[in-house]
Amino acid sequence: MRAFATLLDRLVLTPSRNGKLKLLADYFRDTPDPDRGYGLAALAGTLDLKSVKPALLRELVLERMDEVLFRYSYDYVGDLAETIALVWDQERKERMPGEAEPRLGAVVTRMNALGRTDVRGAVRDLLDRLDPSARFAFLKLATGGLRIGVSARLAKQALAEFSGMDVTEIETLWHGLQPPYESLFAWLEGQADRPVLATPAIFHSVMLANPVGEGDLDNLDPADFAAEWKWDGIRVQMSSSGSTRRLYSRSGDDISAAFPDVLDAINFEGVVDGELLVGGTARTNSPTRTFSDLQQRLNRKTVTSKMLEAFPAFVRAYDVLFEGEADIRPAPLAERRERLADLIEKAPHDRFDLSPLVPFTSWQELETIRRDPPDPVIEGVMIKRLDSAYQAGRMKGPWFKWKRDPFNVDAVMMYAQRGHGKRSSYYSDFTFGVWTEGPDGDVLVPVGKAYFGFTDAELEVLDRYVRDNTTERFGPVRAVRAEPAHGFVLEVAFEGINRSTRHKSGVAMRFPRIARLRQDKLPADADRLETLMAMVEAKES
Amino acid sequence: MKPDQLLRPAPAGLYCPAGDFYIDPVRPVARALITHGHSDHARAGHGAVLATRETLDIMAIRYGEDFCGTMQAAALGERIDLGGVTVSFHPAGHVLGSAQIAVEQAGLRIVASGDYKRGADPTCTPYEPVPCDVFITEATFGLPVFHHPDPKAETGKLLTSLRQFPERSHLVGAYSLGKAQRVLRLLRDCGYDAPIYIHGSLARLCDYYVSRGIALGDLRPATLEKGDPTDFRGAVIVGPPSAFADRWARRFNEPLIAFASGWMMIRQRAKQGGVELPLVISDHCDWPELTETIRELAPREVWVTHGREEALVRWCELSGLPARPLHLVGYEDEGD
Repeated sequence: MRAFATLLDRLVLTPSRNGKLKLLADYFRDTPDPDRGYGLAALAGTLDLKSVKPALLRELVLERMDEVLFRYSYDYVGDLAETIALVWDQERKERMPGEAEPRLGAVVTRMNALGRTDVRGAVRDLLDRLDPSARFAFLKLATGGLRIGVSARLAKQALAEFSGMDVTEIETLWHGLQPPYESLFAWLEGQADRPVLATPAIFHSVMLANPVGEGDLDNLDPADFAAEWKWDGIRVQMSSSGSTRRLYSRSGDDISAAFPDVLDAINFEGVVDGELLVGGTARTNSPTRTFSDLQQRLNRKTVTSKMLEAFPAFVRAYDVLFEGEADIRPAPLAERRERLADLIEKAPHDRFDLSPLVPFTSWQELETIRRDPPDPVIEGVMIKRLDSAYQAGRMKGPWFKWKRDPFNVDAVMMYAQRGHGKRSSYYSDFTFGVWTEGPDGDVLVPVGKAYFGFTDAELEVLDRYVRDNTTERFGPVRAVRAEPAHGFVLEVAFEGINRSTRHKSGVAMRFPRIARLRQDKLPADADRLETLMAMVEAKES
Repeated sequence: MKPDQLLRPAPAGLYCPAGDFYIDPVRPVARALITHGHSDHARAGHGAVLATRETLDIMAIRYGEDFCGTMQAAALGERIDLGGVTVSFHPAGHVLGSAQIAVEQAGLRIVASGDYKRGADPTCTPYEPVPCDVFITEATFGLPVFHHPDPKAETGKLLTSLRQFPERSHLVGAYSLGKAQRVLRLLRDCGYDAPIYIHGSLARLCDYYVSRGIALGDLRPATLEKGDPTDFRGAVIVGPPSAFADRWARRFNEPLIAFASGWMMIRQRAKQGGVELPLVISDHCDWPELTETIRELAPREVWVTHGREEALVRWCELSGLPARPLHLVGYEDEGD
């Protein structure tokens, strides 16, 4: 448990991606099986561990300490798992010589073998035998919330770095393997052959697109690419093999139970990639309904017949990964599309249709088409290389997504906070506001916070402004001068805007970022809250 | 005699009416007794100051030779009469020169411990228990959550990180009096003998520690001669934490911020401070040390000052010991 606990302690506080990769790769190299496999599972969210209720932990800790002292401690620390990890030893404790510290693998095995009545005693015993850092790791695992800023993808990338293997190879195998992944590690370390996947209809990691950035398309020949609409549904994978049929979300969650209407209609064998939507297929001439209608069907364990009737689901297919048992991912997209078209043609018309291609001859033309889509449920276009193989992950080059333009406003910098890691000597997190009418004339009201979108050179400019114009300090935060005739105007871009009761301004932005520094503008020229409210209302109507 | 006739809290600090002196006053007074050199305890501008030799020297380094009217050095254990009250200084184990002050009259003895710790620290004289009727204890880490680990194991984390990230400059935040020298000494005791770079503000205090026989190894100024940040690749740089938020820190290669402090026990504290590598090294008692000390001394009464007073008072009550918080203001934990 010690190695995993130390890893967690470091990962939580390491902001840089490369730093995290290094820590993870070192852990995988230095930790034996099966501990490293369970550690990997814990990070990737595939660890199945008997859960422990916070109420039980609280009872256990109060067996050994005064309730008032516990409350003072919890108020100070603010996190239950961390408080218990720290207060568990009332006296200074020396480990008995020869007493082995429990290993992660042993902890997982023991917990999962427990009957309901044994949990209390086993948890108490484990807490006694672990040191504070390992205790914290155990409590986080057992209460089910690691939250340390490591995605499954990053963990797999670290496996790739530690072994020199390609991450797409790992992705391809991933969903067919189980913790503690001993066959995977043996293969990665060159001690065994590539593991053979036995389970039918498993999830295969999906291929992702990059957003179109400034100048990305300039040197690309439109003739090498196909375009199709990007529908506002959710990405799904249908997997059918023999009598097993599954519907997975893009992250590999099995959502079959919520969509019997789609599952029952599958009459093909293989793996198909598409967009899950609600409404009717193009082939039945019925309209595609909005994302909020689709939401009625999402995140359900079961579904009523009334729901099935009111919100019928279907899949708009855009790719095929397996035809029967044959892996056709290496074939070019153009060929996969032809095979997909045949497969969909024979599938039930009311549940499946083919995502149509959007013809275009130049990027300019596609831009015009994108701006004026024929259906309100379209959120942009997808651009895919005709010769691209289907590769798991987000490769730059073969696939692009070109979404609607983001929203833009001019706002005024109000507060700045120091960043982390590389940026810890820079004020790099900015709270910005827009004007609104107050009791004594116009005042700025904060509407969001952004910490990226600017270049390093721009950060120098922003940092200098903050240091030279600080009006107040609150710990790591500084308030800066923000007056109609003196201040810093930021052009803020964001993906969406909603009403919010949690923010004083009444609005919340999605993914705000600093698009440009507008030193050419005075704060008095910045936007007003009314402009943002109008954006919300336009969206609602 | 009641204890608070001998010593009582006043706006300027703990005051002894019979001897007409204050202990660690937070504003200028005619006569001050100082426990140790941290700036919240040792302030400039008093009339007469009585303290250990080291504390007087440290105050002179920090505030200039004329930091007070007259000064008198107290030898450890020496009994000094002040207007019929006997005072004596005893080692507190906090930083170099730190002392507890015992105040006695008519068979009643109160010990004002100042800041103290029980853990091993080669940079100062170890704490010595002084039997007393009233024990005045600090409570900086007075919550059951604080269990300071072995400082050598914490130093080991820094050495591990240097091996894992050999290209990054490791910036270790440590307060300039006491903690910085202790971290330097710990690194040397763990076998790290490469040059260590120090921020300019540490230089004079480090020199002073060395002059008192505490070897710190090869220390060099963390200044850039030719403006090449790769000079500090893989180096350890020790400085006050405030400097790391400053432009000063930009001269280093991909800095990795470490912070040596008892506060680093709490993950959120580390995270909020932008610390990547927390080192739980404290110059104060942790919870078991505070409670063990009180048990060992078994005073008639415990007075609790600066820190998390309510938890320690609660613990004393549960143990059947009369205790009360002093509510003194003006003591922040510069030292940790």
